[in-house]
Amino acid sequence: MGQEPARAKGGHNRIHGLINLAIQNFVMDSYGPQMWQAVAHAARLPDAEIEAMLRYDLTLTEAVLGAACTALNQTPDALLEDLGTYLVSHPNTEVLRRLLRFGGVNFLEFLHSLDELPGRAQLAVEDLDMPQLELVDLGHGEFRLNVRSPIAGFAPVMMGVLRAMADDYGALVLIAPVGRHGDGADIAITLLDSSFAAGRGFALAAGGAGGGG
Amino acid sequence: MSDDIFALLSVFCPMHVAVGAQGQITYCGASVEKLFAPTRLVGQQFDAAFHLIRPRGSQGLAGLRAAQGGGLQLELRQPRRTRLRGVAVAFGPGVVVNLGFGLSILDAVRDYTLSAADFARTDIAIELLYLVEAKSAAMAASRRLNLRLQGARLAAEEAAITDSLTGLANRRAMERVLERLVQARAPFAVMQVDLDHFKPVNDGLGHAAGDALLAHVVQVLGQETRQDDLAARVGGDEFVLLFAGIAERARLSQIAERIQRRFAQPFYWGDVACKISASIGITIAGGDARPAPVLLAEADAALYAAKHAGRAQHAFHLAPPAQ
Repeated sequence: MGQEPARAKGGHNRIHGLINLAIQNFVMDSYGPQMWQAVAHAARLPDAEIEAMLRYDLTLTEAVLGAACTALNQTPDALLEDLGTYLVSHPNTEVLRRLLRFGGVNFLEFLHSLDELPGRAQLAVEDLDMPQLELVDLGHGEFRLNVRSPIAGFAPVMMGVLRAMADDYGALVLIAPVGRHGDGADIAITLLDSSFAAGRGFALAAGGAGGGG
Repeated sequence: MSDDIFALLSVFCPMHVAVGAQGQITYCGASVEKLFAPTRLVGQQFDAAFHLIRPRGSQGLAGLRAAQGGGLQLELRQPRRTRLRGVAVAFGPGVVVNLGFGLSILDAVRDYTLSAADFARTDIAIELLYLVEAKSAAMAASRRLNLRLQGARLAAEEAAITDSLTGLANRRAMERVLERLVQARAPFAVMQVDLDHFKPVNDGLGHAAGDALLAHVVQVLGQETRQDDLAARVGGDEFVLLFAGIAERARLSQIAERIQRRFAQPFYWGDVACKISASIGITIAGGDARPAPVLLAEADAALYAAKHAGRAQHAFHLAPPAQ
């Protein structure tokens, strides 16, 4: 899904419905149901509704992303980064934001919890396709996140997620793509100030009286 | 030495409570302190702050020391009465009790606005809370899938029990309702309605006329039955009506005659007046649990008798003598 279209390697040719559903909801919530109808039609989806708990052919995901890029006049990288931002910052994806906030009490802890993120996600949905994530601490607030997956396109999504999570924690962060190699991609993260702004609240209790949300 | 230990405990066990020789609390972790805030815990008697539920009947320092190493169940002596679990180890002349939330953790994080910093670094409480939320989100997605599948199944079933031409129930749906009525052992009546002149209309004026006539019949049957009754098309020109709660011959005769009067009026296809009439056979089920096929056979036999008596007649199945 990056510059090159999403491509399966090593027989990995099915993808979890939750990922397709994320794309559907992103297009619907950001650009309206008509836009989704147009994308679904252009991608020749058999059903207008993606089913979250079924697995789909990866070609369907590629077709949807391709159609969305054409309809929205965006590059795949830009679209996927917007998708990552949407997953954290849109009110309809509050559940996901909360789950990510369980990673740490501040952005630094969150960064260090990223190695565990695939494991956490698979605790909830065991067959969810997740990239391998590895954080390298280069010192002086410089980090490098290696994103590795047989399914391309996770790296730009992670860029969007990181930017939105930095906002969520109130951290001031620079995030830039570094390069790709094989089935991996590196993201450079520079943490300038971990408490730059107030950030959004988070209480452990869901919808609790603790003022989080 | 003991200061070192409490420094260690405050990191390892933020929910520990140290009890001195007089049963008073001498030291406690920050998280357990938070449960009583703003009241200070240190200096209070252990029994004044905690109610020891298990082991039953044990109390005070002696009780805690006697239960050393075993499982404790406690309750906070404050309005929320939060349940805790714990374990005690004798320490000098006193005891150290380590506490945990157990299953009350979901309520506790809400009631005391606990954060990740309130749990020991190695505590899997945060993972548990994460899992509870993640699982309920995944369950919600599964439930939506199930609901949609169920909706699709009901739509398919609805299609399968509805006669596609008339929208009336079909034989399968009628048999299902009839079975329910038999099971319920409530009084009801089965009425079989047969159109006397349907075939000539269909053959002579074409299928379009036949379909229009059917629509007319459906309208009449709909108007002459109540919401809770069932009208089903069980054959080309055969209909079965089920009347729940009606078992009086007089009333059923009225209904049959009303239907026959409606059909006695000619039905117009363009300028052509089509004369139709209906023969009706009726049987009454009085809660004696005659099985459905028997009731249908009775209604059919009554219909045969009605036809035998002439057009536009209705007849009752003669109930066998009571046993």
